[in-house]
Amino acid sequence: MERVVFTEEMKKTHTILVPTMLPVHFNMMVQIMRQHGYKAELLTNDSHAVIEQGLRNVHNDTCYPALLVIGQMIDALESGKYDLHKVALLITQTGGGCRASNYIHLLRKALQKSGYGYIPVISLSFTGLESNPGFKISLPMAVQLVNAVFLGDLLTDLQNQCLPYEIEKGDTAGKVAYWEDYLCGQMGKKPYIPRAQVRKWYDAIIRDFASIPRKKEKKVKVGVVGEIYVKYSPLGNNNLEAFLLQEGAEVVVPGLMGFCLYCVYNTIEDRTLYGGSAGKVALFKLIYNYLTGREKEVIDAVKKEGSFRPSSWFPDEVKLAEGYISHGVKMGEGWLLTAEIVSLVHEGIENVVCTQPFGCLPNHIVGKGMIRTIKEKNPNANIVAVDYDPGASAVNQQNRIKLMLANAQKT
Amino acid sequence: MRLNIGIDIGSTTVKVVVMEGEKILFKRYERHFSQVRQKTGELLRAARETVGDNPFRVALSGSAGFGLSKAAGIEFIQEVYATSKAVPFFDPDIDVIIELGGEDAKILFLTGGVEERMNGTCAGGTGAFIDQMASLLDVTPGELDQLAAKHEKLYPIASRCGVFAKSDIEPLLNQGARKEDLAASIFQAVVDQTITGLAQGRELKGKIAFLGGPLFFFKGLQERFVETLHLSPENALFPELGQFSVAIGTAFYAGETCPETEMDDLLDRIDKATGGVSATNYLKPLFANEEDYRAFAARHARATVEEREIENYSGNAYLGIDCGSTTTKVVLIAEDDKILYKYYSSNHGNPVSIIREQLIRIRRLCGDRITLCSGVVTGYGEDLIRNAFQVDDGIVETMAHFRAARHFEPDVDFILDIGGQDIKCFKVRNNSIDSIMLNEACSSGCGSFIETFAKSMGYEIADFARRGLFSQYPVDLGSRCTVFMNSSVKQAQKDGASVADISAGLSLSVVKNAIYKVIRAHSPDELGRHIVVQGGTFLNDAVLRSFEREIGRDVIRPNIAGLMGAFGAALYGKGKRQKESGILSLEELEHFTHTAKSVTCKGCANHCPLTVNTFSDGKRFISGNKCEKPLGIQNAEKLPDMYEYKLDLIRGLKSTEGPRGKIGLPLGLNMIENLPFWHAFLSSLGFEVVVSPISTRQTYNLGRYTIPSDTVCYPAKLIHGHIEWLLQQGIDTIFYPCLTYNFDEHKGDNHYNCPVVAYYPETLHANIGALKNVRFLYPYFGVHRPKDFIRHATRFFMDEFPGITRKDVRVAAGAAYAAYAQSRQLVRDKGAEMIRYARSHGKKIAVLCGRPYHIDPEINHGINRLLTSLGMVVISEDCVSDLVEPVKVDVLNQWTYHARLYNAAKYVTQNADMELIQLVSFGCGIDAITTDEVRAILESAGKLYTQLKIDEISNLGAVRIRLRSLLGAVAERETANAARGMANA
Repeated sequence: MERVVFTEEMKKTHTILVPTMLPVHFNMMVQIMRQHGYKAELLTNDSHAVIEQGLRNVHNDTCYPALLVIGQMIDALESGKYDLHKVALLITQTGGGCRASNYIHLLRKALQKSGYGYIPVISLSFTGLESNPGFKISLPMAVQLVNAVFLGDLLTDLQNQCLPYEIEKGDTAGKVAYWEDYLCGQMGKKPYIPRAQVRKWYDAIIRDFASIPRKKEKKVKVGVVGEIYVKYSPLGNNNLEAFLLQEGAEVVVPGLMGFCLYCVYNTIEDRTLYGGSAGKVALFKLIYNYLTGREKEVIDAVKKEGSFRPSSWFPDEVKLAEGYISHGVKMGEGWLLTAEIVSLVHEGIENVVCTQPFGCLPNHIVGKGMIRTIKEKNPNANIVAVDYDPGASAVNQQNRIKLMLANAQKT
Repeated sequence: MRLNIGIDIGSTTVKVVVMEGEKILFKRYERHFSQVRQKTGELLRAARETVGDNPFRVALSGSAGFGLSKAAGIEFIQEVYATSKAVPFFDPDIDVIIELGGEDAKILFLTGGVEERMNGTCAGGTGAFIDQMASLLDVTPGELDQLAAKHEKLYPIASRCGVFAKSDIEPLLNQGARKEDLAASIFQAVVDQTITGLAQGRELKGKIAFLGGPLFFFKGLQERFVETLHLSPENALFPELGQFSVAIGTAFYAGETCPETEMDDLLDRIDKATGGVSATNYLKPLFANEEDYRAFAARHARATVEEREIENYSGNAYLGIDCGSTTTKVVLIAEDDKILYKYYSSNHGNPVSIIREQLIRIRRLCGDRITLCSGVVTGYGEDLIRNAFQVDDGIVETMAHFRAARHFEPDVDFILDIGGQDIKCFKVRNNSIDSIMLNEACSSGCGSFIETFAKSMGYEIADFARRGLFSQYPVDLGSRCTVFMNSSVKQAQKDGASVADISAGLSLSVVKNAIYKVIRAHSPDELGRHIVVQGGTFLNDAVLRSFEREIGRDVIRPNIAGLMGAFGAALYGKGKRQKESGILSLEELEHFTHTAKSVTCKGCANHCPLTVNTFSDGKRFISGNKCEKPLGIQNAEKLPDMYEYKLDLIRGLKSTEGPRGKIGLPLGLNMIENLPFWHAFLSSLGFEVVVSPISTRQTYNLGRYTIPSDTVCYPAKLIHGHIEWLLQQGIDTIFYPCLTYNFDEHKGDNHYNCPVVAYYPETLHANIGALKNVRFLYPYFGVHRPKDFIRHATRFFMDEFPGITRKDVRVAAGAAYAAYAQSRQLVRDKGAEMIRYARSHGKKIAVLCGRPYHIDPEINHGINRLLTSLGMVVISEDCVSDLVEPVKVDVLNQWTYHARLYNAAKYVTQNADMELIQLVSFGCGIDAITTDEVRAILESAGKLYTQLKIDEISNLGAVRIRLRSLLGAVAERETANAARGMANA
């Protein structure tokens, strides 16, 4: 099977379809892609047909996210909305020892079998596993994407902190919609937005959310961690956040930047553990310092305003992993997953749902495998591991989450 | 009077208690057959007499109660939490509660760190599991309990989930194992599951209360728990009201928090409660209308074998017997292939007596008019039946089915057979079987699942199926394993789906399982043009229709769909042109007796449970064996077996006392292949290396209590036992490094280990408490970069063991790399030698592929020996993976062990005398990727692909059929090729 390359020609003619995971972030990213000359569109199809297509086109023992992402794409291709000779697909590729690095290949195989072998698939990865002449991320575009991740993380975090307490139903959603719209507009206007401008936005966003009238009552806080796709995607986790909200909890979900930093950090750690090129590592150290510096800005802005709980700083999470798991565990969500749970528990968010696709290999170790130790060191930690897959029933999942909530309300 | 009512709606039963303080005034426990709302109303009405017009407080609990609580506005309390509320009622000094429900299992630790746990989604049910197993044995749950009381021995039965257990039990049944022993083994499986799945390393000690329906009703289960946990009588509490624990706790909770209400109001709310928003997905109805159905029925009526009256026939007749996993089929055909006699029945766990009755009938019907020329038996019970009745011949199931399908459609190119336990499908090319696909242990049980389910809902299968035909809203139940389907059904019922909708939904699920999980088809064209479907399950029109729907093509279903195996066997016998059958005569049959006794084989360390069948003529038949040893056959020629050779290499590693004392290595996962490396390395540094012994079942039992994830692969689970063994020996330094990267063999894009292999030491450290008391060393090393390895190892070992010098490490590393290279070379050389042996002796070669740790006999369950007993020389993937240029595959080829598979597949395609068999551990996510690729490589060159999924299930019944089918297909293909060669010449 020859790889169909995304050529420079195609940049002009083809629409790039992007699967969803985090709506706010991904909307901005698509805007940025458009600003940089790509025709891009975010897929929003999330009907049951997506799962059906996934089952049909992907080996059923493959992890659920692969099934959903590929299912969503094929479902979109067959919707009749697109000229199939004028579309390309974009998919992320982390490139670790987890089978997730193979999603792109499974997608290509599925396309081939369904007769769409001619559709180019673009790999979006940190390590540049594949190259496409028509798809290159320039430095300004990369910075813009970073902006989008920080802003998206901030918006979702504030949304989570306001939603359960808003007095006027819809206030929070309104603010999110406003800022999403505004920021997408801004991203679509300029190829590059300076850091200072982004910082001004942070302040404005935080102030605006702080103005939402909120109840003072105390709610149970529930952290959601896990495999990145099922953690974030409502399609992947049976609308977990909505369920928790409905059960009267405040949801705390660590942001996407943490995962990005984790990938950067691992490249540095890999050299420490096993050796390798010094030049590459120097570059990654630069990136690491740049990103953690910017992350600090968001945290400081939240602290300064004072109404909200700031998220945790990546270098602190790095330290938190010590005593639990080595930083050498770098497949899947790796040590970060353990660190995120510990970080949540330390911040007083002792109730945690650890989500993973059924049979997720890294989570045997970093998720389920670490719960015992975390509980030993933090007796108040109240953690439930929930598996997701096309056959798992919501009743079973909800019953276990309710047990966790019952324990939470007891203390 | 202050009254509190607790309602507990579980997956199968409703429980209602009315309490005044600690006193129970009223209690009822009944099955709800999915009619949750009606049953609850009914029980409350019965309680009315007790309650009268008094106000009361009420709350509701249970896994199936959530929907009703919302719709009727009744306070809901999670059931585990409710159980904890009930503790003071039973005994305030309880330390641990074990509660088993219809489909959930829970453990509550009340002292020393309160903790509550529920089974994961994969573990399936317990009460429902026992019900299912009882129906498999054809007894009521009550009778199952009585049987268990008379057991003599226990069989190891996979306890992870019902589907697995079933795969273990069915073959045992067919081998004639005693039901008494099986009943007790089923209870033991529940106990093991509770301990491994739930306790997960936390010790079960102190006063333990056992609650919930199954633990109340089944004395056998109680006994298994007491014995397994070594409980003294005062520490094992089986409260009389154990099955009401959740309801009682719920009543207490209601008393504390709920507002007062009255009976009229409550009943009114319940009666008016309707499902609310439905979370269930619906599918299109199977038939638009009656007419649609009639056309469908008429079309299928065309595929019919005619029958003729046996009374009016004289001449030759041919008998076919299909002794399947759950059913027995018998067909007698005449010279013109018409059916003289047919029989189809559930084998009720005792196929021998059923077949005896049938043979007597047939012998009588034949009289002197009809000559029984031949008898051929196929199916799970083939060996047993053949031996019992001196049936002339046996034929592999797949071959029998092919034979029969060809009778209906000479051009058949695809056969799908869904039986009680198996899904089998085969493609046919050039008149021979081209590829065989069978379901793996996980998705098995499909046909019988519908039946068991029908029964559990109070219906006969035929009636249940008929109802599904005209369902307007078939529910979408997913296509994973049947345990998941159970939960999906539960959800659908919650949302108000009718029996008809569920019946139709189950049919669709069975079909989807077959198409997407077993066949892995993308389009109908991939299946074929002339499709024959068969097996008892296809007699269900709903299943047939669902199948045609899903593939968008009409298929042929013979009217004897359920008898095809037997029919094919009869045709095969007829083809043999034999004069007279040697089957027992009428007189012999009438005096025929059969006893089965279970014994443990003492032939080797495996201690296989055997069943010894003794027949009236004194002849014995032994089943359950994995090798020829207990049969007393002196295997004159032991064929070369790389798996054995590799084990011998491990056994041959000798350790000497060292100045630095002992260091332990667990013999599992990558340590199995890397042992020469670390052994040499540590020996050179002056350690006495202690390696845990090669795994047995005991190894698993030793470590099963600390496994945190019940869906991890069996090889990973086993290593817990190896660590425990080392701890038991008093080894105070254990070494097991984390290896993100494996050795680079330059075969692919990268050379990773899989996440589980790479980081499992972290899991061991975090979950085996006792490791904290010893020195457990699990450094991160990169053996793929020798220079960096030496640098890092120097730092590590000099820090850990003062006195070790740089030079020591350098020398040790030199020895390690040399020993590793030598061990790899030995394997390659020996492999080449084995291939030469096979060729000079005219033997076929099986390239048994997997991971290096699949050589562990507890992981492969002796499949290598089974292969040599079938006449094949066994080599492993790494014997040949260096003999071809690296294969370019369509996936990211980034794991060292997996890259070998692709190369081995390539090599097999270049060698006519080699067949590839891939071992896949259940739960191996990465093999979801490799299996498709290996299959593609093989099939592109016209080779057969065989995948064997393995787990803790130790029964090789299905594997044997699988391998014999493979050999049968290969032989048939060779004959066809030879014939073509002759024609061309």
